[in-house]
Amino acid sequence: MASELRETIPTFGEAGGEEGGAGLTNWSALTGASTAKSAGEIGGLILVAVLLIGGLELAVRHFNVAPYVFPRPSDIGSSLLNDFDSFWPHMKVTIRELLVGFSIGASLGIMLAAIITQFPYVEKIVTPYVLLLVTTPMIALVPLLMLNYGFGSTPRYIAVTLAVFPMVMINSATGFRRTDLAKIALARSYGANTLQIFAKIRFPLALPMIIVGLMVGSIFGLLTAVGAEMVGGKNGLGNQLQVYASLIRMAQFWAIILLIALIGVSIYVIFFWIGKRWASWQA
Amino acid sequence: MAQAVGERVGASANGANVAMSIDHVTKYYKTKTGQVHALEDINLQIKQGEFVAIVGPSGCGKSTLLWGMSGLHDLSKGQIVLNGTPVTGPRPEIGMIFQEANLLPWRNLRQNINFPFEIKRKKVGPYEDRINQLLNEVGLAGFENKYPRELSGGMQQRASIVRCLSYDPEVILMDEPFGALDAFTRDEMNLLIQKLWMETGKTIIFVTHNVTEAIFLADRVVVLTPRPGRVAHVFDIDLPRPRTIDETFSPPFIEKVLEIKDTIMTGVYTPRS
Repeated sequence: MASELRETIPTFGEAGGEEGGAGLTNWSALTGASTAKSAGEIGGLILVAVLLIGGLELAVRHFNVAPYVFPRPSDIGSSLLNDFDSFWPHMKVTIRELLVGFSIGASLGIMLAAIITQFPYVEKIVTPYVLLLVTTPMIALVPLLMLNYGFGSTPRYIAVTLAVFPMVMINSATGFRRTDLAKIALARSYGANTLQIFAKIRFPLALPMIIVGLMVGSIFGLLTAVGAEMVGGKNGLGNQLQVYASLIRMAQFWAIILLIALIGVSIYVIFFWIGKRWASWQA
Repeated sequence: MAQAVGERVGASANGANVAMSIDHVTKYYKTKTGQVHALEDINLQIKQGEFVAIVGPSGCGKSTLLWGMSGLHDLSKGQIVLNGTPVTGPRPEIGMIFQEANLLPWRNLRQNINFPFEIKRKKVGPYEDRINQLLNEVGLAGFENKYPRELSGGMQQRASIVRCLSYDPEVILMDEPFGALDAFTRDEMNLLIQKLWMETGKTIIFVTHNVTEAIFLADRVVVLTPRPGRVAHVFDIDLPRPRTIDETFSPPFIEKVLEIKDTIMTGVYTPRS
């Protein structure tokens, strides 16, 4: 694996591979947003939120907008408070689908990326299929999966896994391709074996891109979980969207949209902090 | 020329223990554009505790030779013998210092220094005092929790020196370690290396393209010819120690610089009367 080292003296001061550059760009795009720090910034944030929601409330009341076009923000808010007990079991279902599918898909994605990037020949053969998985919306498979696995959670787990896995894999592979021969030489000079080089050099070097993959993958997983619930089944936030839309109970509908958004934002925040903690050396 | 060098080296080898012996080392390597003949029949014997500098025109294979000594590169012909055993792979007696500091950016300074111990599965505990003393000596005490990007180039290279000395290797190979540093920082680093060498008595082999640096540091300066690299001449540097930066501007020193530069340019040693 370190055989490339036996003949070349590495170029120092830069991680190899054109992919490295792309990785950096991706990374800063996802976590480059700054966090509010001063009281003034936080005040500004709150002010804009109040103006936005208040303005919306006033506009809806003033123009007498029909609830099926857009309900009053205050109604959405009271629905969130009053109906949360009936939303929560469904939210748990969606979160569980996401966690199960994400865990399986992400583990598969990282493992396969780690293995496949060690063999450029295999990588070339496998890449078209991974691309196919990346570009195919996995929700499209849900009717088929339901035919085979029924209306329970299984087809959703499978769909989420299939959505998460290629996203994590393709980004992780970009990370694992960033070989830095100088760092590998350093480890080898201390007598490191292949496993140590992987654990202590290749993996940490790939970690920022793996985190990007996990973030993108988890958001795709959420989309797929909600989509799969909308296709069929008896529970989950996606299913509840269908139910409330058919009853034209738009305050509840929008409350659920907000809950889904809340899950999405939480995912972003979690990975933002993971990135800050484990990948800030790259920034 | 190669024969003359062999005699010289043979004579000096009787005086002290030979740490490393380079016997008929030849190296070819393949590139995308074809085969490169990097080194041709290099013979050299390095005594224990000796400071040897290797200089030569760029592309002469001086780094290739050093990487061969480290066991990181294979040789095409010949062998390198360290403490009586041929070098076939990285050896625990060797410590390497690279071009640029080559610190791991995801580890802080202390974790970088612990890195060799992790790879060697050795406990840091018994070396704790040694490491702290080294950190003090190179002026990095108090920076243990800093990440490489928070340190200057000179500080990074000093950290890499501590990392190398931390586990107490017998032979230190340095591959153009200060090439990326500014002139003042380079002077500072050379004084530090001289001090550490005089205190520890390590065997140091130092590749550089800077002739002044080579003379300042070394007991012997080995000049290689352009590719394929052969030994053009080995210069003895008899200047007393510790040497100072001021001395590098003295007439005898400059005379040596010119002599060595002339040898690098022509590939042949012609004494200046």
